[in-house]
Amino acid sequence: MEKFIHTPLNPEEISELRAGDYVYITGIIYTARDAAHQRMFDTMMDGGQLPFDIKNNMIYYLGPTPEREGQVIGSAGPTTSSRMDKYTPLLLDHGLKGMIGKGKRNDQVIEAIKKNKAVYFVAIGGAGALLSKKIKSSEVIAYDDLGTEAIRKLYVEEFPVIVVIDSQGNNLYEIVLQSC
Amino acid sequence: MRIVHTDQIIQNIKEMCIEANYQLSRDVEDCIRNAFDQEDSVLGKQILGQLGENLDIASKDFIPICQDTGMAVVFLKIGQEVQIDGMNLEEAVNEGIRQGYQKGYLRKSIVSDPFIRTNTKDNTPGVIHYEIVSGDQLEITVSPKGFGSENMSRIYMLKPSDGKEGVINAVLETVKLAGPNACPPIIVGIGIGGSFEKCALLAKKALLRDLNEAHKLDHIRQLEEELLVKINQLRIGPGGFGGRTTALGVNIETYPTHIAGLPVAINICCHVNRHVTRVI
Repeated sequence: MEKFIHTPLNPEEISELRAGDYVYITGIIYTARDAAHQRMFDTMMDGGQLPFDIKNNMIYYLGPTPEREGQVIGSAGPTTSSRMDKYTPLLLDHGLKGMIGKGKRNDQVIEAIKKNKAVYFVAIGGAGALLSKKIKSSEVIAYDDLGTEAIRKLYVEEFPVIVVIDSQGNNLYEIVLQSC
Repeated sequence: MRIVHTDQIIQNIKEMCIEANYQLSRDVEDCIRNAFDQEDSVLGKQILGQLGENLDIASKDFIPICQDTGMAVVFLKIGQEVQIDGMNLEEAVNEGIRQGYQKGYLRKSIVSDPFIRTNTKDNTPGVIHYEIVSGDQLEITVSPKGFGSENMSRIYMLKPSDGKEGVINAVLETVKLAGPNACPPIIVGIGIGGSFEKCALLAKKALLRDLNEAHKLDHIRQLEEELLVKINQLRIGPGGFGGRTTALGVNIETYPTHIAGLPVAINICCHVNRHVTRVI
């Protein structure tokens, strides 16, 4: 089913999404991948303040290419989510509501998604040029020294994703494999 | 002796890094577009259509095809009648990579130490393979390799008695484990024979071969065809969402091996299988 949602995410709306839904996201999302996750995780373990409010917000696992003059951002497709599995349950327990990446998640992440009624979206891997067109603004807000791995605040319009793990723990990858 | 100056090498590698990241080779692009026509899953077809659109946008608007513009893997086939003048060859190759990744607005994805992990900020060093061949020419291949798929690659040290069945099982296991992580549809490069490191290098080289070009040995070509059918029967599909297009191609390279061994390396590449070759 096709659905349109806005950020910050409405918990009720998120709980209604189902694995397999094709969703268009509009609003602010934040980028973070391996190194930024490590830093956020360490900050939380030390009881520190994160560089942005994760409550009801969404992280996009992205490290873009540099933008040319006149471009908002360079190529901007998802990276493999499983490398963030170690850090994700803690972020979800602190209010993070959604993630956009690609590929499988481990059991701990799936449990944390169910417990916190969150959602895991997948964007098309290897379609970074196409996806960049849906990003209307981009600003580095933290960890500038990490280069492509810095945290960016993006404004996206109708960014296309697919629900892979919904708030009930249904997993589209598993459903697909069972059906053939 | 024929003299090749390192300035020429730097200039070519710079251009090749850029070319590879903005435009796929004809064979790979054709496979993606043909797969769209043949895909039977609705979501799979939609994704293949978007991958085609992505290629159009990349070349029209000068945006890299994928944000992971890779670790630069460079193959040099140096004719033994070639004399290289100028700077140190390895430094020249890295200078070409440095200039290509800066001038081409490509992502800098290399960290200087696997544990300390400080970004080198210019995508160097590359991984360089040298081969001495006959003749007076220098052949350069630049293949930027993304790590979403590289991470899903594997090596098996099989026993001779495992034979062809053992190889097929190893490949299918690897592709299943990779699943959606490697950005299917994938291209599977397989190295069989040699030693531990030789089969890994053969697998990487297999990814460079044109997808329309079958292996010259009949029994290897048949194995390539059999594996492609079996991989696509897994129905992982585009993006891992089901469908008949899990792999666009299977290329195998082989080498003599030891009486006690059957090494097999499987190098997975996503649909953005980038490689450019030039002869100087």
